[in-house]
Amino acid sequence: MTMMRTLLGAATATALTAGAGLAEPALIFDLGGKFDKSFNESAYMGAERWAEETGGEYLEIEMQSEAQREQALRRFAEAGANPIITTGFAFSDPIAQVAPDYPDTDFVTIDGYVDAPNVLTIGFAEHQGSYLVGVLAAMASEGDTVGFIGGMDVPLIRKFACGYAQGVKAVNPDATVISNMTGTTPAAWNDPVTGSELTRAQIGQGADVIYAAAGGTGVGILQTAADEDILSIGVDSNQNYLHPGQVLTSMTKRVDNAVYDVMMSGDDLETGTVQILGLADDGVGYAVDEYNEEMITEEMAARVEEAKANIISGDVEVHDYTSDDSCPDLSF
Amino acid sequence: MDFATLLQILDSTLRLSAPLILACLAGLFSERAGILDIGLEGKMLVAAFASGAVAYTTGSVWIGLLAAIGASMALSAIHGVASITFRGNQLISGVALNFLAAGMTVLIAQSWFGQGGRTPSLFGGARFEPVTLPFAESLADVPILGPIYADLLSGHSILVYVALLTVPLTWWVLFRTRFGLRLRAVGENPAAVDTAGVSVVGLRYASVAIAGLLCGIAGSYLSTGLQAGFVKDMTAGRGYIALAALIFAKWRPWYALGACLLFGLLQALALRYQNLDIFGIPLPTQIMDAAPYILTVVILAGFVGKAIPPRAGGEPYVKER
Repeated sequence: MTMMRTLLGAATATALTAGAGLAEPALIFDLGGKFDKSFNESAYMGAERWAEETGGEYLEIEMQSEAQREQALRRFAEAGANPIITTGFAFSDPIAQVAPDYPDTDFVTIDGYVDAPNVLTIGFAEHQGSYLVGVLAAMASEGDTVGFIGGMDVPLIRKFACGYAQGVKAVNPDATVISNMTGTTPAAWNDPVTGSELTRAQIGQGADVIYAAAGGTGVGILQTAADEDILSIGVDSNQNYLHPGQVLTSMTKRVDNAVYDVMMSGDDLETGTVQILGLADDGVGYAVDEYNEEMITEEMAARVEEAKANIISGDVEVHDYTSDDSCPDLSF
Repeated sequence: MDFATLLQILDSTLRLSAPLILACLAGLFSERAGILDIGLEGKMLVAAFASGAVAYTTGSVWIGLLAAIGASMALSAIHGVASITFRGNQLISGVALNFLAAGMTVLIAQSWFGQGGRTPSLFGGARFEPVTLPFAESLADVPILGPIYADLLSGHSILVYVALLTVPLTWWVLFRTRFGLRLRAVGENPAAVDTAGVSVVGLRYASVAIAGLLCGIAGSYLSTGLQAGFVKDMTAGRGYIALAALIFAKWRPWYALGACLLFGLLQALALRYQNLDIFGIPLPTQIMDAAPYILTVVILAGFVGKAIPPRAGGEPYVKER
């Protein structure tokens, strides 16, 4: 036991001194996993870009279960990592627990919200980006019905759905938006079989464009949409390439830029504040590339650019579900 | 609810039930021979991974299916060695296999494909294409029966039909063959079987091997029939639902079919109507998701009939001391 304690003590001491000198940033990926082709993967891209440009190194870990969150935060903080960047709303509570114990460490939560002097909260105006893809969906749809499939039923995902519905209704007030959630547990982020069934159910109800905001489950949704020959919309990362000609567009959330900027600023990070990245900061948007440019007609492009300009100038206000937990254009 | 919607829901029910039926029958074979099998989930998961990975590498879904069966039977063999030869606790062995499967699949997938524990998307011959039953198109115009045949029964992956045919086959093997009689006897009174000069160990190994075979087909269906590739933890608890269905069906093949179709229907309804209104009371989707477990508890508690498991279930067989 004494032996063990000495060893552990030595290890911690080395870790601490190493940390003080280097202060590597640390990145914690949420349950969807580093390569979810979506949100977490985007964060990974940002970190890799930083590592490539600066030659720096960063620590990383992927969450495997809910219980690991606090442990991972503490371990990185003990190891002297700074700043510690987390992806996913579920990190709010663990950070709020851990942050006061390590006042010299900066924490960053992307998508969460923590009110503490050493925590930077980064959020995205997903409702604005979703509004734009909603506009595109309504114009691409041949009928009056479009679909939305979320992952876990949480306010953040409802925010996506609500903005989307508002965008659809702005183009076609008579349109029906069918909204489904994959589940109510974190398993809903990794259940392509259920996602696939939901897609079929929505197609059965007449949907011909389906927006998937469901992490790893989205792989199944996009696949089934392609198999059944309807259009889908990807989320977070640009997913157009997954099924060329079948993915109408992707609602991009530039988590990579956020992670990159945070890592770049290093010790100069301004904490205790909230940053909301919207259309104006290119924090969110819709993706056009060689895989989908033929599907976006000139008329659609003009309409969506106009909508974007109106949102930035404030002429169009997109309702944020999380502001009052209600949605005027969609009932859940 | 109109006719077309009803057909869509039943269609979805069939797709969702197929893996449950296969896994449930796998459990049935194993438990009827006295080997509890809580590792159905893990076996399906390794099978799903093996078929996704091998189908992608070779471009042939059939080789993928063989790999799935192989991987699943390998886990069965571990379960057999632990619980038959070494007379270990069958529940613990099953739970261990589930953990092993959850970790191992992601680890191997990551080092093999580097895509974060998933296999690349499958296309072409690496997937099971829907099978159109004979005359489906020409019969589609017949009222009522036409759509039922063309939309509901036709157009599934071949493994769905395999799953449905496994039910009468299981019944026949268990209740009409000498092997089946002995297998059931081993689950009830292994000492008697041993006295008659039949190998208890051999029969039990045969039963877990069959369980491995069926779980292999179920897992393969998930990743190459329903989906185009493996995603981590993609079985999402279906093995446990199959186990619940097995208890619900009181270890009988035809009832197992009924139970699996019922649980599949509940899932399909939950997916179609996220908030089902029954007489003005909104029924949240969580209730539907939990329904298989609730029903099983009701059965187990003895409210509706009695669920009596095979008498020697869970007990390792020790020859006369």
